[in-house]
Amino acid sequence: MNDRLETELRRGPDADVGVGEAASRLLDRALDEGLVSVAYARTDSPFGDLLVAATPRGIVRIGFLHTETEESVVGQLAERLSPRVLHAPARLDDARRELDEYFDGRRKRFQLRTDRALIHGFARAVLARTARIPYGSYLTYGEVAAEAGSPRAHRAAGNALAHNPIPIVIPCHRVLRSGGLIGNYGGGPEMKAALLRLEGAGVG
Amino acid sequence: MALPPFQALIDTHAEPVRRFLVATAGPGAADDCFQETFIAALRAYPRLRSGSNVRAWLFTIARRKAIDHHRARRRRAIPVAEVPDRPAPLAGPESPDGDLWAAVEALPEKQRAAVVLRFTCDLSHREIGNVLDCSDAAARRSVHEGIKRLREVWT
Repeated sequence: MNDRLETELRRGPDADVGVGEAASRLLDRALDEGLVSVAYARTDSPFGDLLVAATPRGIVRIGFLHTETEESVVGQLAERLSPRVLHAPARLDDARRELDEYFDGRRKRFQLRTDRALIHGFARAVLARTARIPYGSYLTYGEVAAEAGSPRAHRAAGNALAHNPIPIVIPCHRVLRSGGLIGNYGGGPEMKAALLRLEGAGVG
Repeated sequence: MALPPFQALIDTHAEPVRRFLVATAGPGAADDCFQETFIAALRAYPRLRSGSNVRAWLFTIARRKAIDHHRARRRRAIPVAEVPDRPAPLAGPESPDGDLWAAVEALPEKQRAAVVLRFTCDLSHREIGNVLDCSDAAARRSVHEGIKRLREVWT
């Protein structure tokens, strides 16, 4: 049935303000009122797009979108941290700039604060030690395990590194298997080798 | 199942909620009502039971904001010495595009919300009942009565 009244009602009224503008005003207000628990944005890298997320305390998550989807990364943040998750690129300007500089070879140390809310148990010690490995050098899984307090826990250390929620900034790519073997990486072993080459680590 | 990220609610529902508010609160007030709706939703969101119908929940908040707007506008209205001999159309200068939306705005609130939710926002009768806090059957009746009224005044 072609009903003119119903057709007009479905079309809806005209409005001056588009929904994009309304949504951006909403975001500004949500940020002002401290209602955004997790802000996220995409950024590009030589290895594909990254999803970067931050809480008011710092960077909490970096996801490689060539190995996982935006939907799953953002969904996990909602589940594990807070459902108040909003796409807020302005909150990630510093992080995106530092990452760009890093991939460009112009940055050797990140100034970004991190929020380690997604890191638990033994992984805290492992990733804290990993965070102190300097640009261009590396340790083995066994060495990291030992320095994190459990010399025989190299498997658990490997597991903690495999689940590093903030790769690049916490440089888990600087932890290799003994004998200089690359080992696994969330972004794939090729990416790990490329990062080490970028840093001039003399492996890969 | 956990609650989806709030951004997903904005991506999916911002447009229909905005249409609902333009139609029920008028284009001049729609943006403020839109901000109020989503800020209130964002505040309350972590306490929402997972598995709730998020769409109906959002429209429930939006409807309340539109009602609040009309109440506030009536309170702000300047009292007149002489009572006019016929009621002024509710829509007045705020009416969107022409007679139809003025006629929609002149409907009783419940019928107005029901008609706009049904046609402009494409909600099911069950969801409309959820928003209007009544049964599916009562929601159906409100839609029907609203449409009947509109057919009388709009051709």
